[in-house]
Amino acid sequence: MAEAIQFLVPRDNVLARRLSIISDLADLLPPECLVHEARGLAPFETDAFIAYRRVPLAVALPRTTVQVAAVLKYCHRYDIPVVPRGAGTSLSGGAIPQEDAVVLCLSKMTRIIEIDYANRTATVQAGVTNLSISDAVGTDGFFYAPDPSSQLACTIGGNIGMNSGGAHCLKYGVTTNNLLGVKLVLIDGTVVELGGKHLDAAGYDLLGLVCGSEGQLGVVTEATVRLIAKPEGARPVLFGFDTCDEAGACVADIIAAGIIPVAIEFMDKPAIEICEAFAKAGYPLDVAALLIVEVEGSEAEMDAMLASIVEIAGRHGVRKVRECQSATEAALIWKGRKSAFGATGRIADYICMDGTVPLGKLSYVLGRTAQIVEGFGLRVANVFHAGDGNMHPLILFNANDPVEAAKAEAAGNEILKLCVEAGGCLTGEHGVGIEKRDLMRYQYSDIDLAQQMDVRGAFDEKWLLNPSKVFPLDGRIRAAC
Amino acid sequence: MQTSFTTEQLADPNVAESEKILRRCVHCGFCTATCPTYVTLGNELDSPRGRIYLIKEMLENGRPADAETVTHIDRCLSCLSCVTTCPSGVDYMHLVDHARAHIENTYRRPLADRLIRSLLAAILPYPARFRAALQLARLGRPLAPVFARVPALAPIAAMLSLAPVRRARTAAVTDPQPVSTPRRGRVAILSGCAQSVLDPGINAATRRLLTRFDVEIVAPRGEGCCGALVHHLGREDEALAFARRNVDAWIGEIEGGGLDAIIITASGCGTTVKDYGHMLRLDPLYADKAARVSALARDITEYLSTLDLPVLESRRLSVAYHSACSLQHGQRITALPKLLLKAAGFTVRDPAEGHLCCGSAGTYNILQPEISAQLKARKVKNIDATKADVVAAGNIGCMTQIATGTAIPVVHTVELLDWAYGGPKPAKLATSGRKDRARPVAAARV
Ligand SMILES: Cc1cc2nc3c(=O)[nH]c(=O)nc-3n(C[C@H](O)[C@H](O)[C@H](O)COP(=O)(O)OP(=O)(O)OC[C@H]3O[C@@H](n4cnc5c(N)ncnc54)[C@H](O)[C@@H]3O)c2cc1C
Ligand code: SF4
Ligand code: SF4
Repeated sequence: MAEAIQFLVPRDNVLARRLSIISDLADLLPPECLVHEARGLAPFETDAFIAYRRVPLAVALPRTTVQVAAVLKYCHRYDIPVVPRGAGTSLSGGAIPQEDAVVLCLSKMTRIIEIDYANRTATVQAGVTNLSISDAVGTDGFFYAPDPSSQLACTIGGNIGMNSGGAHCLKYGVTTNNLLGVKLVLIDGTVVELGGKHLDAAGYDLLGLVCGSEGQLGVVTEATVRLIAKPEGARPVLFGFDTCDEAGACVADIIAAGIIPVAIEFMDKPAIEICEAFAKAGYPLDVAALLIVEVEGSEAEMDAMLASIVEIAGRHGVRKVRECQSATEAALIWKGRKSAFGATGRIADYICMDGTVPLGKLSYVLGRTAQIVEGFGLRVANVFHAGDGNMHPLILFNANDPVEAAKAEAAGNEILKLCVEAGGCLTGEHGVGIEKRDLMRYQYSDIDLAQQMDVRGAFDEKWLLNPSKVFPLDGRIRAAC
Repeated sequence: MQTSFTTEQLADPNVAESEKILRRCVHCGFCTATCPTYVTLGNELDSPRGRIYLIKEMLENGRPADAETVTHIDRCLSCLSCVTTCPSGVDYMHLVDHARAHIENTYRRPLADRLIRSLLAAILPYPARFRAALQLARLGRPLAPVFARVPALAPIAAMLSLAPVRRARTAAVTDPQPVSTPRRGRVAILSGCAQSVLDPGINAATRRLLTRFDVEIVAPRGEGCCGALVHHLGREDEALAFARRNVDAWIGEIEGGGLDAIIITASGCGTTVKDYGHMLRLDPLYADKAARVSALARDITEYLSTLDLPVLESRRLSVAYHSACSLQHGQRITALPKLLLKAAGFTVRDPAEGHLCCGSAGTYNILQPEISAQLKARKVKNIDATKADVVAAGNIGCMTQIATGTAIPVVHTVELLDWAYGGPKPAKLATSGRKDRARPVAAARV
């Protein structure tokens, strides 16, 4: 059975100074920008990985980069851990605090600073939600491409922290491929700017390093992202299959044929039922697996690409092909898909896995996943970015039953190991956080990890930023903790 | 999410219900993004997910409410935007109802707060008292800025500035004219409380319109305030007393002459009447009756949509349709009012950010004047950007709130419909000084 994931032991000397730390922070921030009452701190104790919870020492809600820098500089000086937070939608526990940490939450920094159509960029504060960028430029025919299913709520700062992806990343790439520049505050309060409005910067790709660093290299306060012109048209098409195997093989063949639609999303029967209950999108309920394939471009381009996909699907025994008839229907199809995890709450608690596998192994991994979960006496629903091989088995359980909860975690660990064994990796887009931290050794050798820790240490020598995450707690050779 | 309640705690049916609601929340955070107070304040504690957490902690520990929790629950507008957004179907409405009642029972508010709340509860639900209070408020208006300077008294300032400058004409409640043609339905219209004082023209327009389309209207005796105002203040016993009184009145009529619908023209009240079945579910004497009443409750636009009103020639008058939260989130009525307006010949425009509350929210604009003012400014900006000739809304609270911020006249949807189908032009349009570009349309009879 899985052992409960450990956090770093809180530093006594920080806990002992709690009141004086709070009073110092109160000097640095306006009253409405600081939470320190016990009752008010509890809701910050977790993110979307709710199995784990730690009440922080205080929560800072800065409004400006200057305030962020002031808090970081203070915490650096007094050796106080800091956990950056955006909307707290991380599924790997990336934003879960620890008892001796100040949470630095950017939810008040929600200004869109500049939209520059000439350079096709938007510069926004880090607390701006992913979707509000697309909303701001939508009427002018643009959008911001990476679209995590949580895009309604998650912040661009969190997206950078996790290098988030989404359904449409198959064609447009993930966050790192769409990020042009950041304003980053280092742990000692220094403000640096990396990148800019251009596609590549001179010298090392420091921006690439920051993207996906899970809040451990610095705190992003502003980001410049690439805007993309909306295609002439876009059409999601539903493909229903009698078995998951056929659907999985079909995905592999589409990609192998060199066809790159905008999105290929996979849902198995339990997932279809869950999503239909919320969105009423008209997903077929009598198939075992469903692919949502979106094509875009001119009518002719869409028709041509669809014809090839339909032909491939035919070879894999597709039973239903449904083109959607209206923009409303298309919106519902995506609404259903993007609400899948949340909607799962209707039937059970869940933990969401995030492994990535080579497409050729998709069917095999799906089959084994089902066996593993059933082996623990639990149920699984699968809804994921199939085109990228980014699997998201949702393990369903009852959170009020500690035995089931432990089983769910154990099953999750086995699934992630399976992904690594199949030649894939632990995380596609949700990050390591605490959830996959102790499995990192399964993926990387000690030397690999040591190198990564060196990089981390170069930015944050005292390991104050989000210290409980990413690297296994033992063997932190260069860590000051 | 995980909860920890003891078996004894779960023996209380209200706790048991809240536990079920909490279990559904998966802490995904989607709801934060569409919550007006989170969008305005940027603090998890002022978001649905944060409030759910605060309530969970409060109920699990079975402890009296504390100041921090109360602050953030008080800031909730009960707009129910979070309920629309939540993929998991978390019934936040009944959770926060329970929390408010718990707060009312276990928390002692500061004196000024207690006074204001008692005052609101003692005046607003009673038309005669409310009318007298408005009269006083009109006299007291010049004092508003003085009150505004003392934080504890800010609600009084808000109250004074909200009082309409002019007194509404009291429309005589004429007995419905006898319907000559076979009637198409028999309905009761909730006469309500605050709306009947602030704008009696709304129900007058409703009566005219329904009568014109051969619907018989009855006015059951004894019906009054729906109880929403006190319900949202957490005063559960008072709310239930109002509910029982109305249930009695309507059941009498249902079992007498029969009713096809109970029509509500203030959507805030509509949400509550539709919830009577739930509110009284634990009362063996009333549970069934209340459920029958709720099943008959209809927003006026819902009922009108069943009448197949004739499609009228287009008139060049653009209407910014403001979707009241209680309609769009509380009752999930989004398209019907717009379809009716379009069929009646109006050009309908949707203001941006339509899902966000205008900040009126019952007594919210009095109790939380600062947040309310920010939301109003945001709403009015979006409405003004439509450059429409008139704003239509289905809830008196929103109408009053928006009208104090924009130069565009604000009317009830049903007033425009009554006008289009042969009734008088809404007074606010006649006096707004705007060029009337609407062409008269002959009264349409079906
Ligand atoms: C229902 C649901 C669906 C999801 N679907 C997807 C999906 O399709 N694709 C996907 O990739 N993810 C998905 N996620 C996961 C999650 O939404 C993403 O990881 C998202 O990017 C997190 O953003 P956030 O603002 O909530 O950040 P948080 O959860 O608050 O933080 C995430 C990480 O980033 C760090 N961080 C946050 N802000 C900053 C900052 N300003 N500077 C530096 N570091 C920072 C934090 O320390 C933490 O390590 C989903 C989550 C949910 C609940
Ligand atoms: S959207 Fe629903 S499930 Fe998600 S956090 Fe909000 S209430 Fe909970
Ligand atoms: S009811 Fe409205 S204000 Fe209250 S939590 Fe939900 S969205 Fe926010």
